[in-house]
Amino acid sequence: RSGLILHIRTWLEHALRKHSWSGIPREVRPVTWRLLSGYLPANTERREQVLQRKREEYFGFIEQYYDSRTDEPHRDTYRQIHIDIPRTNPLIPLFQQPAVQEVFERILFIWAIRHPASGYVQGINDLVTPFFVVFLSEFVEDDMENFDVAALPLETQRNIEADSFWCMSKLLDGIQDNYTFAQPGIQNKVKALEELIGRIDEDVHLHFCRYEVEYLQFAFRWMNNLLMRELPLRCTIRLWDTYQAESEGFSHFHLYVCAAFLIKWRKDILSIADFQGLLMLLQNLPTIHWGNEEVGLLLAEAYRLKYMFADAPSHYKR
Amino acid sequence: MYFVEHFSFTMQSAELEIEDSFDFLFKIILVGDSNVGKTCVVHSFKSGIFIEKQQNTIGVDFTVRTLKIDGKKIKLQVWDTAGQERFRTITQSYYRSAHGAMVAYDITRRSTFESVSQWIREVEQYGAASVLLILIGNKSDLHANRQVLFEDACTLAQNVEAAFVLMARELMARNGMTAIDEISLEAPSLTLNSSHPVRDTLAPDKNCRC
Repeated sequence: RSGLILHIRTWLEHALRKHSWSGIPREVRPVTWRLLSGYLPANTERREQVLQRKREEYFGFIEQYYDSRTDEPHRDTYRQIHIDIPRTNPLIPLFQQPAVQEVFERILFIWAIRHPASGYVQGINDLVTPFFVVFLSEFVEDDMENFDVAALPLETQRNIEADSFWCMSKLLDGIQDNYTFAQPGIQNKVKALEELIGRIDEDVHLHFCRYEVEYLQFAFRWMNNLLMRELPLRCTIRLWDTYQAESEGFSHFHLYVCAAFLIKWRKDILSIADFQGLLMLLQNLPTIHWGNEEVGLLLAEAYRLKYMFADAPSHYKR
Repeated sequence: MYFVEHFSFTMQSAELEIEDSFDFLFKIILVGDSNVGKTCVVHSFKSGIFIEKQQNTIGVDFTVRTLKIDGKKIKLQVWDTAGQERFRTITQSYYRSAHGAMVAYDITRRSTFESVSQWIREVEQYGAASVLLILIGNKSDLHANRQVLFEDACTLAQNVEAAFVLMARELMARNGMTAIDEISLEAPSLTLNSSHPVRDTLAPDKNCRC
C-alpha cells in the first residue's frame, strides 16, 4: 500500500511541476511555490507540523544570532546589508516601510552568517523580493505596492518572513558558487553563454567580437541577479514559476533563458555598430512593458534551445 | 598648480566606421567603498538628474557622454564599479584600459575615506602607468554630518607617492549641475598639453590640485 502511495505522490509531483512550468495562477502560487521549492511536504498530513517546526527553527536562529550583528565577526556583513536594504526596489513604496526593511535585514543576515563560504553578496538582496511579495499576496487584495505590512497580525508577518527565508535558502543552495570567492559559478555560466551564442547565432556573436563587446560586461549581472535587474518584478515572478518547476531551473535552465533573452534583441544588436551603443542597449534593455506573454515566449525559446543543445552539444558544434 | 602629466590618448575616429564620431575617447573607472554615491555621480553627470536612492551596482555599469570642449568632440566612457569586496575580481579587469580613475569617498563616513589608500593601491597595481587619478569627496551638502575635512583629502592627495597626479575634489551629486561642471571641467585640462594651467573651478565647490 505504501508503494502505491509513493507512486501516486511521485505522479502528483510530476503533474504539479508540469502544470507549474507554464505559469501558476496567482491564487495558488504561494502554496505551489512552497511545494516546488521542497519547503512544504507533499504529504498533506505533515504540512502544518513541518511548517510550524521550520518557522520556529528560523526564529530560533534569530534569537541565537541576530544580536551578534554588531559584534566584530559579523559587523561588516550586517553593515553591508543595512546599506543595501533601503535601496532594494527603491521605487516601490512597500519596500520603504521599516517593518519590511527589518524583515529583509533579518533574512539576509541569518542566511549570510549560516553560509560563510559566500556570505552576503550584493544582488542576493534582490532575491528575497519575489518570495516576500508572493507570500504577502495571500493577504493582500490589491495594490500590493502600497500595502501597510505592519497592519497584519504579527503571526502572519512572522510566517511570511520565515517562509521567505526558507524558500530563498533553497534557491541559493542551487547557485551558491555564484557568490563564493571569485564567483566561479557566474564566470562559468557567462563562458557557457558565450559558447552557446557562438553556436546558435553566429551573426550576433561575430558582431560582439567585431565591436569588442565582452559577454561579461553585460551578462555578469544577468547571472548575479537572475535577470531581476533586466525585467519588471511581475515577470521575474512568472519566470520563477518555471524555474522552480524545472530541475536546476535557477542554474542550468537560466543559462538557456539568458541565451533566448539575448537573441530576442538580435535585430537591435545588429543595427548598432559601435561599442558604446551596444553596451548602452545591453545594460538597459527595454522590457518595462513586458508581461506574461513575453516571458512565456522567452521560456518556450529557452526550452527549445535546451532541448537542442543541452544533450547533444557536439552535433551542433562548428 | 599645473598638471605634470596628461593622458596618452589615441585617435579612434579614423579606425571606426561610425556615424557617431569623436576626436578623443577617454575611459574613466569610478571606484570607492559601497554606498559612497558613485552611481549618483555618474547618473547626474549623464542626465543632470539626482536620484537619491540608486540600487546597488552589480559588477560594472557603463555610461557614456560626449562633450564638446575647445571645438573637439570628447567621448567619455565611465565604468561605474560595485563597491563590495566580492566583486573585486570582476572590477579589476577594467583598470587596465582606463585613462583615468576616480576614487570616491563619502565625507559623512570616515571609514570610506580610510579605504581610499587601498583603492589607490588597486589603481596602481592594475591600472596603466599613465593613469590619472582624482579623489572625490561626495555628499558635501551634508555639512552637519561631516567626518572628513577637505584638508585631510588634500593632505592625502599630496602625500601619495604615486606615478600619477592626484587631486582632491568635493562635490554634490545631489546638485546635478555641480557634478556636471566639476567633471566636464576636467576634460579640457586632460585633453590639453601637460603645461596648460587648469581652469579655476566654480565658487561653491572646493578643489585642490596636488
